[in-house]
Amino acid sequence: MISLFVRSIFVDNMIFAFFLGMCSYLAVSKTVKTSLGLGVAVTFVLLITVPVDYALQMYVLGPNALVEGVDLTFLAFILFIAVIAGIVQLVEMIVERFSPSLYAALGIFLPLIAVNCAIMGASLFMQQRVQMDPETSSQAIGSFGDAIAYALGSGIGWLLAIVGLAAIREKMAYTDVPKPLQGLGITFITVGLMAMAFMCFSGLNI
Amino acid sequence: MGKLFSKENCEVFSNPLNLNNPIAVQVLGICSALAVTSQLEPAIVMGLSVTVITAFSNVIISLIRKTIPNRIRIIVQLVVVAALVTIVSQILKAFAYDVSVQLSVYVGLIITNCILMGRLEAFAMMNGPWESFLDGIGNGLGYALILVIVGFVRELLGFGTLLGFQIVPDFCYEHGYMNNGMMTMPAMSLIIVGCVIWAHRSINKEEK
Repeated sequence: MISLFVRSIFVDNMIFAFFLGMCSYLAVSKTVKTSLGLGVAVTFVLLITVPVDYALQMYVLGPNALVEGVDLTFLAFILFIAVIAGIVQLVEMIVERFSPSLYAALGIFLPLIAVNCAIMGASLFMQQRVQMDPETSSQAIGSFGDAIAYALGSGIGWLLAIVGLAAIREKMAYTDVPKPLQGLGITFITVGLMAMAFMCFSGLNI
Repeated sequence: MGKLFSKENCEVFSNPLNLNNPIAVQVLGICSALAVTSQLEPAIVMGLSVTVITAFSNVIISLIRKTIPNRIRIIVQLVVVAALVTIVSQILKAFAYDVSVQLSVYVGLIITNCILMGRLEAFAMMNGPWESFLDGIGNGLGYALILVIVGFVRELLGFGTLLGFQIVPDFCYEHGYMNNGMMTMPAMSLIIVGCVIWAHRSINKEEK
């Protein structure tokens, strides 16, 4: 479980290994403060949706789960996206009720998390990993605890990546970049270099 | 027929291919663009799937746009897209199983592809079905174009092949040419997309 957690932060990093959640990653990473807020929100939503989707996969969607002899896996996309949209709405209301300051800080990003690929991606990867054999693969998700560890790890990995990029971009405002490369182009290349740096974790095993 | 292919409609179709390209200019749908482009074949399949889904979801939303309550429109859009993606993913599994294994979760992730939501929100909610259809096809093809460029470069330099056929002749290898393994790594696709954007912006600035 610890191995799963650490691997999902560094090796299977959502951004650097799978490019999930790229859209908001590139759009929001202009300052460290807002990117930190978004990172926390994404981690939080992941932490709720992935275990819920895990339960759905185990007790409703999987082969022979709901009705003997029926495999409802093809419904996964619709069901998962509905869960994510619903939970994002719920989180939005709860945050608004109990912490108006955090709500104001997150602003528009909170509803946008619903269409963040990192959330949907984590649920779909979870679905793939459920089918792996826990005995042979350290990536397999065999229990509810594993699902939580995986969700938390992916969220923290995403948070690390976005805060790191935001810090670099803040510094980059003072550098002399060729005109057509400014903005988006150089950001892509920066992320590429960061991804290369993260590749050195790939042999990590605990 | 004259009205169907009027000047405005042609612009709706051709703008996203170059001047208003969804990846290079609008920065939408990056996630899947990067992950599936290590070879040309999955890049083409992905581009086509996105084109089909964008076009049809645009048409469906455009047809029912007057009946959707404004508050729940995001959920309605997501459900329409999710249904279409499910159909496409089942078709891929049935007729192109190898490619669908390579694309793995990224077919499902078309649902959360920002191009779809972006076009639905910005275009299909305000325009008629035929314009929306053209807009969807145009944006899908603009997306596919970038995917194919990146896939082309990465497969040629990373494996020395195109669509699985060997392109780099054998005597090059005998004289010490080596495939660039770096190109097959995910990190390189980011850098190539960065360079594509760079080239695209320098060219378009000259036109102005």
